[in-house]
Amino acid sequence: MATEAHAEGATGYIIHHLTSLRVGEGFWSLHLDTLFFSVLLGGVFIWFFKNAAEKATAGVPGLAQNFAEMLIEFVDTQVKDSFHGHSKLIAPLALTIFCWVFLWNFMDMFPVDILPGIAGLMGIEYLRVVPSTDLNATFAMSISVFCLIIFYSIKIKGPIGFAKELMFQPFGPWLTPFNLLLKLVEEIAKPISLALRLFGNLYAGELIFILIALLPWYVQPLLSFPWAIFHILIITLQAFIFMVLTIVYLSMAHEDH
Amino acid sequence: MSINATLIGQMITFALLVWFTMKYIWPPLFDSLEERKKKIADGLAAAEKGQEQIILAEKKAKVVLKEAKDQSSEIVTLAQKRANEIVEESKHIAKQEGERLILAAKGQIDQELQQAKEGLRKEITTLALSAAQQILGAEIDKAKHQDILNKVSSQLG
Repeated sequence: MATEAHAEGATGYIIHHLTSLRVGEGFWSLHLDTLFFSVLLGGVFIWFFKNAAEKATAGVPGLAQNFAEMLIEFVDTQVKDSFHGHSKLIAPLALTIFCWVFLWNFMDMFPVDILPGIAGLMGIEYLRVVPSTDLNATFAMSISVFCLIIFYSIKIKGPIGFAKELMFQPFGPWLTPFNLLLKLVEEIAKPISLALRLFGNLYAGELIFILIALLPWYVQPLLSFPWAIFHILIITLQAFIFMVLTIVYLSMAHEDH
Repeated sequence: MSINATLIGQMITFALLVWFTMKYIWPPLFDSLEERKKKIADGLAAAEKGQEQIILAEKKAKVVLKEAKDQSSEIVTLAQKRANEIVEESKHIAKQEGERLILAAKGQIDQELQQAKEGLRKEITTLALSAAQQILGAEIDKAKHQDILNKVSSQLG
C-alpha cells in the first residue's frame, strides 16, 4: 500500500486516509464508516456486557462476569467519588461512555492500512475506522451530555433557580450581563472541550500512525511500536477523561446553591 | 471533516446504548456485586462468630475435662478404698472361715478319738474277758460276773 500511496504522493495518501465514506451532500449527508464502526463497537459492548449480565451470579463469577464487574466497580467508584446524589442514569451513562469511547479509540490500534485495504478490495473507496477521529461522533456524545447537563440543571434547581444561577453568579446581581456571558461561555465550553479533546488526541494519534506508514518499511517498526504502546495509554486515558468529566459536569448540575 | 447528519445518527445510537445499559446491563451486574458483597460480609461475620464459639467451646471443654478428671480421680480413690475394704473383709471372712474349719476339724478329731477309745475299750473288754475265760475256764459265768466286768470296762475308760 505504501508504495502505491507514494505514487499518488504523500499528501494524497494522507488525505485518502482522512476522508470519510460519505453519502449525500451538505448537512444531510452521512459518514457511513463512522456510523458503521460505532454501531458495531456499541454492539460489541452491549453483547459482552449483556452476556455477563445474563450469567451474573452472586456466587463465583465467570471470566466475562469478572471483567464486567471490574469495569462496573471501577466506574461506580468514579461516580461515587464525585457524585453525591442519587441517580439511576449517571453510572450506566458513565460505563457506556467509557467502554464505547475506549472501543472507538481502540480501532486506532489496528494498522492504518489493514481495514481500508480490505475495504478497498471490496470496492469501498474511503474508510476511516476510528470513530473518535470524526467530529460528528465526539460532538454527538458531548452534545448528548450537554443536553443532560441542562436537563438536570433545570430539573434539580428549577427553571428559576437555573436562570438565577446563570445571571447572578459569580459576581452578584449588579453585573448580570457579565455573569450571563461568563456562565454561557462556561456551559458551552463543556461540550466543546469534551468533543475537541477526544477528537484532537485521536486525530493526532491517527495522523502520526499515517505519517509513520509513509516512511520506509525498515524504519516503521522502530517508530510505530513505541507510538502504539504510548497510544494504549492515550486511548484509555481519553476514554477515562471523557467519562470523569461527564460525571463531574452532571454532579455540578445536581448541586443546588 | 464537516459536521453533518452523522451527528444525529450518533446521538441516537448513543441514547440507545445508554438506555440499554441502564435498563439491562447495569442493574443485574451491580445487584450481583452487591449481593456478593453481602454474602461475603455475612460469611465473614459467621466465621467470626464460629471462632468465638470455638473459643467458648474450648473453655467449656476444659471445664468439663477438669470435672471429669476430678470425678475420675474421686472414683479411683473410692474404688481403691472399696477394694481395700473388700480385701480386708475377705481377709476377715477367710480368717473366720479358717477358724471355723479348724474348730470343726478339732471337733471331728475329738469325736473320732472318742469313738476310737470306745472301740478300743470294747475290744479290750472282749479280749480281757476271753483272756479271763481262758484262764478261769468254764467256771466263770458270764451272767454272774457282769458287774465285775462292767466295773473293769469302766475303769478302762
